[in-house]
Amino acid sequence: MRRITGLLALAAAPVLVLGVLFVLPVAGMVAEGFVVDGRLAPGAVLDVLARPRVHRVAWFTVWTSGLATLLAVALGLPAAYALHRLALPGRTAVRAALLVPFVLPTVVVGVAFRQLLGEGGPLGFLGLDGTPIAIVCGLVFFNIAVVVRTVGVAWESLDPRPGQAAAALGASPWQVLRTVTLPALRPAIVGSASIVFLFCATAFGIVLTLGGVRYSTVETEIYLLTTTVFDLQAAAALSVLQIVVVVGLLALSARLRATPDPTAQRVVTPARAVRRSDAPVVVATLLVLAAMLLPILTLVLGSLTVGDGWGLDNYRALTTAGDDQVLLVPVTAALATSLRTAVDAMWMALLVGGVVSLIVTRRSHSVGERRVRSTLDGFFMLPLGVSAVTLGFGFLITLDEPPLDLRDSPLLVPMAQALVALPLVVRTLAPVLGGIDDRQRQAAASLGASPWRTLLTVDLPVAWKPMLAACGFAFAVSLGEFGATSFLARDTNPTLPIVIFRLIGHPGEMNYGMALAASVVLAVVTAVVVLAVERLRVPGVGAF
Amino acid sequence: MLALRDVTVRYGDTAAVDDVLLELAPGQVLAVLGPSGCGKSTLLRAVAGLEPLASGSIAWDGADLAGTPTHKRGFALMFQDGQLFAHLTVARNVAYALRLRRTPSARVAARVRELLDLVGLSGYDDRLPGTLSGGERQRVALARALAVEPRLILLDEPLSALDASLRERLAGDLRSILHAAGTTALLVTHDHEEAFALADRLAVMRGGRVVQQGAIDEVWREPVDEETALFLGYARVVRDDAAHRVLAAAALPPAYAVALRRSALVVDDAGSLHAVVESARVTPELVRLVVRVEGVGIVDAVAPLGGRVAPGDEVSLRVDVTRLAVLPITR
Repeated sequence: MRRITGLLALAAAPVLVLGVLFVLPVAGMVAEGFVVDGRLAPGAVLDVLARPRVHRVAWFTVWTSGLATLLAVALGLPAAYALHRLALPGRTAVRAALLVPFVLPTVVVGVAFRQLLGEGGPLGFLGLDGTPIAIVCGLVFFNIAVVVRTVGVAWESLDPRPGQAAAALGASPWQVLRTVTLPALRPAIVGSASIVFLFCATAFGIVLTLGGVRYSTVETEIYLLTTTVFDLQAAAALSVLQIVVVVGLLALSARLRATPDPTAQRVVTPARAVRRSDAPVVVATLLVLAAMLLPILTLVLGSLTVGDGWGLDNYRALTTAGDDQVLLVPVTAALATSLRTAVDAMWMALLVGGVVSLIVTRRSHSVGERRVRSTLDGFFMLPLGVSAVTLGFGFLITLDEPPLDLRDSPLLVPMAQALVALPLVVRTLAPVLGGIDDRQRQAAASLGASPWRTLLTVDLPVAWKPMLAACGFAFAVSLGEFGATSFLARDTNPTLPIVIFRLIGHPGEMNYGMALAASVVLAVVTAVVVLAVERLRVPGVGAF
Repeated sequence: MLALRDVTVRYGDTAAVDDVLLELAPGQVLAVLGPSGCGKSTLLRAVAGLEPLASGSIAWDGADLAGTPTHKRGFALMFQDGQLFAHLTVARNVAYALRLRRTPSARVAARVRELLDLVGLSGYDDRLPGTLSGGERQRVALARALAVEPRLILLDEPLSALDASLRERLAGDLRSILHAAGTTALLVTHDHEEAFALADRLAVMRGGRVVQQGAIDEVWREPVDEETALFLGYARVVRDDAAHRVLAAAALPPAYAVALRRSALVVDDAGSLHAVVESARVTPELVRLVVRVEGVGIVDAVAPLGGRVAPGDEVSLRVDVTRLAVLPITR
């Protein structure tokens, strides 16, 4: 009992933070819809769910996300195998590069796909611009990396001997894959698929830039309903629907996520030499990589195009506020704001995420204690799936009066971004801390180390690299965050993704060129951060 | 008939298996015995088709297997820890190879029953591998390997993951199962007891090379050099004059070196070797001594129980000729 009390005391700080900065805004947003004239009126919300447009939006969300998930898994599996099991030249570099699309700002990807598929783009003849297929392509682009990483990490620590035993029993390579390897990988595959579905279903920036108002998912619909139509009841109804689905999916993926046995050392099978029979897998992987490189390449080339020739004019224009003074500040100022915001979001996410990781990974001594821990674990995963739009709008309407008047605080945007990054930080740190054999801590304690000293001598030496990696992740996520920021950032102090979105929303060749150049800058900064993270070689970074 | 000709397997610059020549006749069990890291497991994996050869050839009934992938060789491989498929029940594990061949399900069921019977695990059909003990898992792995009557079964230290008493019991079972099924088997192990318990023929491997091979009692009786003798369980090797004295006491012609088991010298008043007891230790069967023999040096010896031999006593020793081996070396 005393242990549980202690645990709850330790958990109080992060729970309070998440309570004020997450539960309160989300609840406030939801209450906005349920409470009419000071009275609870759930009937009106239920009426919203019966609207045909809502059905259409929900169905559109489900099928685009489902299709994107299927494609991401189908294309990601061969790449996971090729990049994690075969000794391909340059595979470390490619694996590192694959982390980039995952954290690339959604707005940047949206711009890149428009440049690729739009009129005059290299693939413009396909006529896919503004179609649901373009949205699905964008979603797949983002999430292949999640599948490759999650399944790849599981695949490379898979014991090859059962497969060899099966081969010796007469199973062909295909039969080994079907009867031994895939069943062993099932938790990783289903786990990554459910996370990918979650990301697709709550995607915001990419759908908004590629689908506009014509095609709406639940997430963009919430945005439109709150900002343009001011139908808060409908928005609240959709938020609730989304939260219910997301919590269900999170619970499912948590169950499916293989909890590594902390006493077992992770053994990585050495990659084997490429054989002739690997040709189909290698070719498929190369095609996937080429397809992923294409939008990025088009973006970079587009940003260097001036009139009919080449030049850096678009980049030079970044010091201005655009044609017709579309922006209130030059793009370079927005970049500075973005970097400052990201630093703030980073330390907040690391502080809260670090404490949360410590709490959820300590060994439980009773059933009650374990229950408390796993409840906390689930609680801190919530921001992973709850719509950033809901969060952002909730911030606006709940944190606007004393004692919680944060609207003018420069920390408002970083706080929202830190919440979005929090689950990633926990997912990076918790497995590492959980992987430390508890007997090491007991040994330290029995040799006379205080709990604090134990933390310094046992946990920290193992955890400092993952902590740096988590910092990098939080930084990158914050740099690209668009959903919540689009509500909270002030026009006089916008972040780079906001500026890009504004630029593509306004006519003018120069504005569009600036949007491309700014996207490249944002992508480069993000890529540098993420590649630095990858150099830390933390096992399982970016895997779920 | 399995024939390995000048087989070499390389990892980078080092040859894990170096120029190995081996033959295995149908129905025989060959044990490859060697210390860990001698290349024996690599040799086994090469036979299974899991390691590419740097040079040489592996042939079955005269047909080179170079282009034949593992799954077409018809050699079942049984790992040290069984490597059962954790997501399949015992029955499904045993039936694995049969299902691959689309055997009718009635035949599969009958064969699974028969095999589980053979390995003494009737009624375990629906258990999952995670719920079995180490010995049970090895038995299931054996049943699974035998299911489609492989031309050759490859055993990688099949007993060494088990505890001592279980190992002894399973060794006997394994031998009778292999002989009952008439299976040809290639076994690798670092434990000479395991090799003696299971095999008809023995190949001793060291540093990637096979240093001696032959019928098991032949190899055991005539180890080719000192290291082999020690690895086969001989306690000491004595040389030169010491060897001459021991052989003379046994009425054998002189030789340069002789390997002695711990029970090669027996306390006997009629014996012709004289020694001083250095230490004595009582075991359930006999008393084990360490003695200093005049002109030979420190060696092991035994005395019958109840003989009351104590350190410092002077004793006479006779030589048991069945417990020594003359080594064919000259320096």
